Amino acid sequence: MTSPGSGAAATTSAGGAPADAHADWRGVSTEEDDALTASASTFLRGRSRRLLGELVRPHRRSLWWLLAVVVVQNLAWLAGPFLIGVGIDSAVPALLDGDSGPLVWTTVALVAAALLDTGSRYLFLTGSGRVGQEVLLALRRRVFTHVQQLPLSFHERYTSGKTISRLTSDVEALAELLDEGLDGLLTALFSITTIGVVLLFLDLPLGLVALLGFPLLYLVGRWFQRQTTVAYRRTRQTIAALIVQFTETFGGIRAVQAFRREPRNDELHARLNEENRQANHRAFWLIAVFVPAVTMIGNVITVAVLGYGAVRVMDGDIQVGVLTAFLLYLRRFFDPLQDIAMFYNSYQSATAALEKLSGVLEERSTVPEPADPHPLPAPIAGEVVFDGVRFGYGAATVLPGLDLTIPAGQTVALVGATGAGKSTLARLAARFYDPGDGVVRLDGVSLTRLADADLRRAVVMVTQESFLFSGSIADNIGFGRPDADRTEIEAAARAIGADGFIRALPEGYDTDVRKRGGRLSAGQRQLVSFARAFLADPAVLVLDEATSSLDVPSERLVQEALRTLLADRTALIIAHRLSTVEFADRVLVMEAGRIVEDGSPAELVGGTGRFADLHRAWADSLV
Amino acid sequence: MTQPAENPADEQGRLSALRRLLPFARPYRGLIALTFTGALLATLAQLAVPLLTRRIVDGPIADGDRGALVPLLGLALLFGTAEAALMFLRRWAMGNSSLAIERDLRDTLYQRLQRLPVGFHEGWSSGQLLSRATSDVSTIRRFVGFGAVFLVVNLVTCVVVGALLVVTYWPLGVAVLVTSVPLIAFGLGFEKRYNAQSRAVQDEQGELATDVEEAVQGIRVVRSLGRSGLVFGRYDRKALRLRELQLTKVRTLAVIWCMFEFHPQITLAIVLVGGALAVNTGALTVGGLVGFVALFTVLLWPILSLGFLLAQAQETASACDRVGELLDAPLTVTDAPGVQPAEVARPARLRFEDVGFRFPGAGDPVLAGIDLDVAPGETVALVGATGSGKTTLTALVPRLLDVTRGRVTLDGHDVRDLPLSQVRSVVATAFEEATLFSMSVRENVTLGRPGASEADVEEALRVAQADFVHDLPWGLDTRIGEQGLSLSGGQRQRLALARAVLGRPSVLVLDDPLSALDVHTEALVEHALREVLAQTTALVVAHRASTVLLADRVALLQHGRITAVGRHSDLLAEVPAYRELLSSSAELAGAGEGGAR
Ligand SMILES: Nc1ncnc2c1ncn2[C@@H]1O[C@H](COP(=O)(O)OP(=O)(O)OP(=O)(O)O)[C@@H](O)[C@H]1O
Ligand SMILES: Nc1ncnc2c1ncn2[C@@H]1O[C@H](COP(=O)(O)OP(=O)(O)OP(=O)(O)O)[C@@H](O)[C@H]1O
Ligand SMILES: [Mg+2]
Ligand SMILES: [Mg+2]
Repeated sequence: MTSPGSGAAATTSAGGAPADAHADWRGVSTEEDDALTASASTFLRGRSRRLLGELVRPHRRSLWWLLAVVVVQNLAWLAGPFLIGVGIDSAVPALLDGDSGPLVWTTVALVAAALLDTGSRYLFLTGSGRVGQEVLLALRRRVFTHVQQLPLSFHERYTSGKTISRLTSDVEALAELLDEGLDGLLTALFSITTIGVVLLFLDLPLGLVALLGFPLLYLVGRWFQRQTTVAYRRTRQTIAALIVQFTETFGGIRAVQAFRREPRNDELHARLNEENRQANHRAFWLIAVFVPAVTMIGNVITVAVLGYGAVRVMDGDIQVGVLTAFLLYLRRFFDPLQDIAMFYNSYQSATAALEKLSGVLEERSTVPEPADPHPLPAPIAGEVVFDGVRFGYGAATVLPGLDLTIPAGQTVALVGATGAGKSTLARLAARFYDPGDGVVRLDGVSLTRLADADLRRAVVMVTQESFLFSGSIADNIGFGRPDADRTEIEAAARAIGADGFIRALPEGYDTDVRKRGGRLSAGQRQLVSFARAFLADPAVLVLDEATSSLDVPSERLVQEALRTLLADRTALIIAHRLSTVEFADRVLVMEAGRIVEDGSPAELVGGTGRFADLHRAWADSLV
Repeated sequence: MTQPAENPADEQGRLSALRRLLPFARPYRGLIALTFTGALLATLAQLAVPLLTRRIVDGPIADGDRGALVPLLGLALLFGTAEAALMFLRRWAMGNSSLAIERDLRDTLYQRLQRLPVGFHEGWSSGQLLSRATSDVSTIRRFVGFGAVFLVVNLVTCVVVGALLVVTYWPLGVAVLVTSVPLIAFGLGFEKRYNAQSRAVQDEQGELATDVEEAVQGIRVVRSLGRSGLVFGRYDRKALRLRELQLTKVRTLAVIWCMFEFHPQITLAIVLVGGALAVNTGALTVGGLVGFVALFTVLLWPILSLGFLLAQAQETASACDRVGELLDAPLTVTDAPGVQPAEVARPARLRFEDVGFRFPGAGDPVLAGIDLDVAPGETVALVGATGSGKTTLTALVPRLLDVTRGRVTLDGHDVRDLPLSQVRSVVATAFEEATLFSMSVRENVTLGRPGASEADVEEALRVAQADFVHDLPWGLDTRIGEQGLSLSGGQRQRLALARAVLGRPSVLVLDDPLSALDVHTEALVEHALREVLAQTTALVVAHRASTVLLADRVALLQHGRITAVGRHSDLLAEVPAYRELLSSSAELAGAGEGGAR
């Protein structure tokens, strides 16, 4: 098929990674473009600032309190040198005169100031640490919950690696801001304001010259802001790409090693890593220019003040002492600007991370929970109806138009060629997606009108991929019904014939199945995920090739269990082994997204249609 | 998940872990030297401006000499510029070296991890690996690029100024040195505690990353059972624990910080009292005292900053430990020293000789004495109950696992005596679960043979009946979703099969390769596969009679041994256990009963 793909391929890859001989390894896909227009950029920044505001708002009171603590701490810190001055200027002469009182008092004051300084520093550090951790916790909770309720289509597009990078590396970028930034910022803001005021009081014209630095600083700051916005965005993207590469490699390490993919992966990783380094390097470069630029402005202003001040002294407008004091304060005025520059830098980095996080939070579910859910009639009967359903994952339609009624309690087998759309139909029944047109109903209620909890209690699907979580076998089975006790869990395992192998494991039900159930064989994993669904005990059970990796005797055990379980339940069973199919009440044959045959197994086998063909072929294959 | 992370708490400083970074820093020593020079010179340039100020006040202003003002101002401007320029230099050099070190470390780590055996990866949760390669490596970068420089600069300042203090007036100088003893003692104690707490935080971050990964990758299961609440609860417990650990760490840091902040101030008070008494006895002049105090105030910031810089060093040390645990993990499956590629025929002879395998830490061996000979060009089907060890056996051929007893040979060469890359290019595997990557279809299929020609790819796709790829939006260039999940189950399996048969490998290992195919497609694949199997040595794991029929002979795996080998029909007739496992009548009987319901 010659699709319009070639043209699209060219444009997409041009927008993405740098064009080199190997750039197309990742393949083409429709994805968001990373190049941003100016207005989009402003929009993103606004959104991320809003998110930061929302996160910080609950802690406003704490922040005011922290500000007060910082003020006290700074005053106490500044008191030290002052007291020493007092000590040398008056206490020592007094001592020489034989009066040790002033020395004692100065020392006491000095110790008190040190205690006050240290105490308030402790309060500040622990307090700001607490606020920071609360903010992070809130953010983690929010993003995690949100990601969890986003539809499968989101996850398929976004990939787990990117989601992981959002929830780890991006959250940590904010942590850095909260860890390191707040202290410097508050201190700096405080000293700049107070010293600024002092400068203006000392001598207005000189003070104005000193303030001349601010327009310059503003310009430099603007430049820095523009540049770092782009630069930090890039660091976020490149680290995400790196994390995607990392998780994929080690998620499929068997294939990587068996097919000697390592050298190529080294190369790909090195390239992504280098891109990440370059992105970071750009940000480093900007800050390497920005901070000295701020210092330079401070130095130029200092020289200007020095020159102008000297002239004013010579003209007799001010005293030498005023100039000296002015210059001393000026230094203290400009030094904190570096702290502000550093804070601004962390802020920019965190904003870029928050842009990404707020992007995820902005994603709206395409299979949303209804605002006013329709209650399911109790008890749930389990009638499933597809009414004029049309569906496709992307542009291509997978199910062109489907009308199907599965009466309550019926066991329906769904067969057909691979890629016909069987799993797709099953996913619609479990509302992994919503149909493009038409509705899917359970007991007469559209699935879109049901509360998620109700729906999941009623309909459970065992997917083609038997994913297990790391943790014990009991935990994994219990996932089907968290309030089940050990006897119920064991009963479920026994019912489908998994009890035997589980007991043979060294720690029985408490054996840790490890990452993705790697401790178990493929068939054992399937049994455990089957037991999980069995325990959930839903009104409608959807099985998507749930026994494909089992040996024949195990499969037979499962079928026996199903026969009892499904007696009064609706079931949709997808299978290629027709043995699983034949105990169904009804068989549907699917082809290219349509149901082409529909009848009881006996009818269809006896007929001349596709199922009869299929059955014959299958019976032959058994030899 | 618990890692084999024994914590050697008895070691003193633990900063020795930082030594591990030296090899990574060595290539950039020029830049690092530049960083130190820049930092030092900038500090000096900084001092010039106040000195010049005094010169101006004492000189031109006092004399009212406007002409002399200009050169001095120019000089001040010059030093100001020099300060800024040196600052830039330091940051530039620091950025370059630390980012390069970060990149090298991460590349090294990734490369090492890729080569660690499958057994290693099964034992480690993915989040732990990820957090080490990202956050820990970044922690190290931050320290190398900032903390390390100032730690050294400030320590040097402390030592130099300390010496100057002693020189200026030794009784007070010695007193100052003595006061630093308790600081160092307490400080080190807390630093040690901080190290352990950092480690706990980093470990918990890894756990959290693992939870995120599982929640996202298992989203279908979570969704279908409606268990997002449960999953969130798990995550939340860990997030809460992380917060607690972080807060504990914050409190320790606050104590450290406060100690280092309190100390110089209290020392200043002691200096004042001591100095005043010395002035009183005439041992010191007032000017001398002023000088001493002025010198000491230079130390305020360096001492204070030592507190958090040392803490940062501790945090980095524990990050180094974590990264080191991965770098030090033994490469158990690797080339024997001095291996040479040997002649392996196409197709090759594959033999299992008294092969045993026991998973590390497991009780009974999974395989206990396998003897099986697959002649060149022969196809042997491996049949056995669920969990009998078929997949384990197949993993021994490409050395994903190494035998714990006996040997596997290719044309008489023990696979462990051949270069790993040779073994893995001779043997191609299709795993029971199709492992696909979110890359183009072409890249997925040519995974093991990047040089494969277009014709080879087409041929492999034909054999696997995977022509559907041409109907994808961008054909072979379409990116298939993560884990291939944008394809149907059967489509995934066929792509994985195409990958294995690409380039007609001399040994083919297929683990239940047709389980997700419908009967018609299965027949088509089998038909095409026969041509390939005729020319290669193959081991095919099978659960169904239809797959078994691809093979010339069948081996029955039971209780870790091959208990019967022979033709399908013979085994059916003679071996009850085999009949039990594979008899079509069993499958038909099950079906018949159901149909009769
Ligand atoms: N997540 C997805 N995104 C895009 N396309 C998809 C996705 N899942 C499936 N498809 C496509 O939709 C079509 C139907 O797939 P489906 O999984 O429903 O097939 P199936 O009948 O279950 O096949 P099998 O027996 O192989 O599992 C296939 O062409 C497949 O490539
Ligand atoms: N990492 C491991 N550590 C300990 N035991 C393991 C590990 N992996 C697998 N096992 C055990 O080894 C046995 C053999 O597993 P294997 O995957 O080889 O079975 P299999 O014959 O391929 O089964 P299936 O037909 O279900 O795929 C199983 O009982 C399993 O529980
Ligand atoms: Mg399917
Ligand atoms: Mg297996």
